[in-house]
Amino acid sequence: MAGPLEQFEVRPLVPIQVGGLDLSFTNSALWMLIAATAITLLLTMSMRGRALVPTRLQSVAEILYETVANMLRENVGKAGRPYFPFVFSLFMFLLFGNLLGMIPYSFTFTSHIIVTFGLAIVVFLGVTVIGIARHGAKFLSLFVPQGAPGWTLVLIIPIELVSYLSRPVSLSVRLFANMTVGHLMLKVIAGFVVGLGVFGILPLAGLVAITALEFLIAVIQAYVFTILTCIYLHDAIHLH
Amino acid sequence: MGRDGGDQTPSQSDPLKDLERRLEEARGRAGLPPRRGAKASEPDGAPAAGMGAGMRIAVDLVAALAVGVGLGWLLDTWLGTAPWLLLVFFCIGAAAGFLNVYRTYQELEKQARQRRAERQDPGDADRGPDA
Repeated sequence: MAGPLEQFEVRPLVPIQVGGLDLSFTNSALWMLIAATAITLLLTMSMRGRALVPTRLQSVAEILYETVANMLRENVGKAGRPYFPFVFSLFMFLLFGNLLGMIPYSFTFTSHIIVTFGLAIVVFLGVTVIGIARHGAKFLSLFVPQGAPGWTLVLIIPIELVSYLSRPVSLSVRLFANMTVGHLMLKVIAGFVVGLGVFGILPLAGLVAITALEFLIAVIQAYVFTILTCIYLHDAIHLH
Repeated sequence: MGRDGGDQTPSQSDPLKDLERRLEEARGRAGLPPRRGAKASEPDGAPAAGMGAGMRIAVDLVAALAVGVGLGWLLDTWLGTAPWLLLVFFCIGAAAGFLNVYRTYQELEKQARQRRAERQDPGDADRGPDA
């Protein structure tokens, strides 16, 4: 039986070397491609009919759209509209990445910190650039709470700065840790099923419950990542 | 996005509202518990949501500390001020962690209050007998 960590191994499928750089097409890239293709297919195929009374597939697409649109409206307000395409793509990519990872023998690309950190740093830099573009130097008032007496600023500004810089870290670590721990747990407990013989029925029952929980976590973590993106966007647009 | 409503008023005056009521009535007749939120996509109330909140707070706390320590260590190696900036930034990171936790708490509390207010909406008063 494969070890519990083998599922996270990135393997090159099509080795590509460009000037000493390893740009191989890996299983991670393959599943990202599958996710992007599945999203595109789902959204274009389901909306082909454009029916007023939606078919099942169309209502799936509509629910997904509405969820993200509401999230953006409630957390950012009207000023968030222009960023909807990005937020929706982000949500769908994470949702499909997390859910496709639940298919046996698939690869969960969101269980790699470099993937989640890459997305988080794009959000972080994007939000910072938006804030500076909208407010210029006034953006820095994000680090100065209103009503604080002057001398406390020496202490507060570094704290606020570190808190701000910790955003991409907490954003990426949260998703990565949840996905990795979940998949690890499934694999380890699955190992008990084989090892315990007849009594393996107990971990097997647990496994069923944990699998259901993992599906829930897959959705919740995609949701949390997206809603935090919305909140950061709100801070950048409205400053507090 | 057809609707251009205000920021946080979820009062829908469309025919869907009627459907919602009929659904609730049907659920009541069938002896099923009433649905909690209007939106099923929102993780609410369930223990998994509590776990999610816990994870979120834990990561918030640790991330700020890690960033503080990392920043202090980097500045130390850069400026050659051995342990001092690391110590200072450790404390700043810890404070930032607490700040993050406090902000997350406020956030979650605001969401919970909104959800409670939605649940006590006079429009959903007739829920049928609870199971």
